[in-house]
Amino acid sequence: MPLTQLDTAPPEAADQEFLWTLNFGPQHPATHTTLRLVLTLDGERVVNAVPDIGYLHSGFEKLGEHLDFNQYVTIVDRMNYLSPLANEIAWHNAVEKLLDIELTPRCKVLRTILAELMRMHDHLLNVGTTGLDLGAFTAFLYAFQQRELIYDIVEYASGQRFHTSYTRVGGVLFDVNLDWADKVRSFVKGFRPVYHEIDKLLTRNRIFIERTKGIGVLSQADAINMGATGPIARASGVVRDLRKDEPYLAYADYDFNVICSQGGDCYARYLVRMRELLESIKIIEQAVENIPAGPVNIEAASDVVLPAKPAVYRSIEGLIQHFEVLMPNRGYTVPHEEIYAATESPNGELGFYIVGDGTTRAYRARTRPPSYVHFAMFPQMIRGHLLSDVVAVLGSINIIAAELDR
Amino acid sequence: MFDLAILQSRFGDQITESTFRDNHRIVVPAHSLYPILECLKTEQGFDALMELTAVDYLEYEGATDRYGVVYVLLNTVNSERLIVKTMINPPQLELPSVYPLWKSADWLEREVYDMFGIVFPGHPDLRRILMPEEFTAFPLRKDYPLKGIGERHNFPVITRAES
Repeated sequence: MPLTQLDTAPPEAADQEFLWTLNFGPQHPATHTTLRLVLTLDGERVVNAVPDIGYLHSGFEKLGEHLDFNQYVTIVDRMNYLSPLANEIAWHNAVEKLLDIELTPRCKVLRTILAELMRMHDHLLNVGTTGLDLGAFTAFLYAFQQRELIYDIVEYASGQRFHTSYTRVGGVLFDVNLDWADKVRSFVKGFRPVYHEIDKLLTRNRIFIERTKGIGVLSQADAINMGATGPIARASGVVRDLRKDEPYLAYADYDFNVICSQGGDCYARYLVRMRELLESIKIIEQAVENIPAGPVNIEAASDVVLPAKPAVYRSIEGLIQHFEVLMPNRGYTVPHEEIYAATESPNGELGFYIVGDGTTRAYRARTRPPSYVHFAMFPQMIRGHLLSDVVAVLGSINIIAAELDR
Repeated sequence: MFDLAILQSRFGDQITESTFRDNHRIVVPAHSLYPILECLKTEQGFDALMELTAVDYLEYEGATDRYGVVYVLLNTVNSERLIVKTMINPPQLELPSVYPLWKSADWLEREVYDMFGIVFPGHPDLRRILMPEEFTAFPLRKDYPLKGIGERHNFPVITRAES
């Protein structure tokens, strides 16, 4: 499908008094989270939209300057709460790059599997709720049933379903066992039939297509210029995926495709997310059969990694090591340097800019949240469309207000 | 492709280059920031601005300047990244807006203004974005305490009768 510009209202229409203003949010079921839009309408047509954000601003970046690298993981969890582990992996990826830590092969593969499970988790919610907002309830139930299984897998590994705080500098909190790999295998096995059910319910559904096709078009040039990343950029024909372009963790070892589309509209974004589910399953299938043996954390002799809990509780060496890492006057040395490191989170490029000042706390812990950059494009995407298309476009760019406001 | 020699011949050799891990960085003087970024975008292929943020170096060991403003540029064709940093000091907390070059700077510059009070002349709509409009401080500055300066407990309580 060729890229076309939206019919935007003529600029003089802004002064015309038949326009009326509508507040959309901050508490509206279709915004999913707390964000507000001030819409200027001509009848049912949206002439302009002014996003108003900050309702969930809780100063995460300021907190990041007062918590150490392991403690802050509990905060990054709560940014994009649809894929908490992806945030943790992105945060510790940046910290480990600052400290120049090379993870063990087992940890890399484990984190890769978890990151891909989180991508599926996020995409399933997005596909399900996009359908839900447009009146297709059934697909939502199939998607959420699969998300429950992912919760179970994550809970089995970390002890928490949701805000797992699972990664640590140089490794993870606990190692996984063989049962965990079996759980992942059985999830992979059961996923494809459900995927086809969702696919049959939505992809060729005439109502769904008419509500999403040609809505919220973002051209390729705009996507690059406005900083779009992830599925939104790929749906506009930008062939970029950090997993391929700047490989991190174990992604270079696996065979998968970067899914792109030329459409740039809500339907294209839906299709890209759906196909990415299959690519994620492909990565998990390859990874779970080849989890390397060996330690999951980097060697315990290094002064950065926390010792295992049994060692802390049952041996004096473990306890000393634990305090050596955690006590404020001990700790490890961090270079006086600055680093920007990004990973491909389900929503797009999730980057962290960390300034190290020699202590185990970041001097500055800046997050580059994909939702924030994507929501800035919203007014351009919605201009000229109908009021009912607001929910379609909002759903397709997958705004998570906790990540938006931090 | 990034070419330091071209930049130095055109904008003077105050531009310094460094590398840390896989980050490739240059530090440029604030007065020639905009022409350098324009050159990087139009001639050297950095077509996307991925990140724009600031750092307050008030308590940083050995720092001579107060604020650093960081631009992470990306070439979407060959995945080359370049981090451009410039230092500014009060009272002249102004940098030209890069909105004419990259539209992604719109909200990113608003956030830097909101959190650090750095003004970007040329920005189409420079308002606070995360903090409320009536907020007066700049919370990510290092002289702003973690617990705030009384915004929470001095917040006016509106009773039911008044509302």
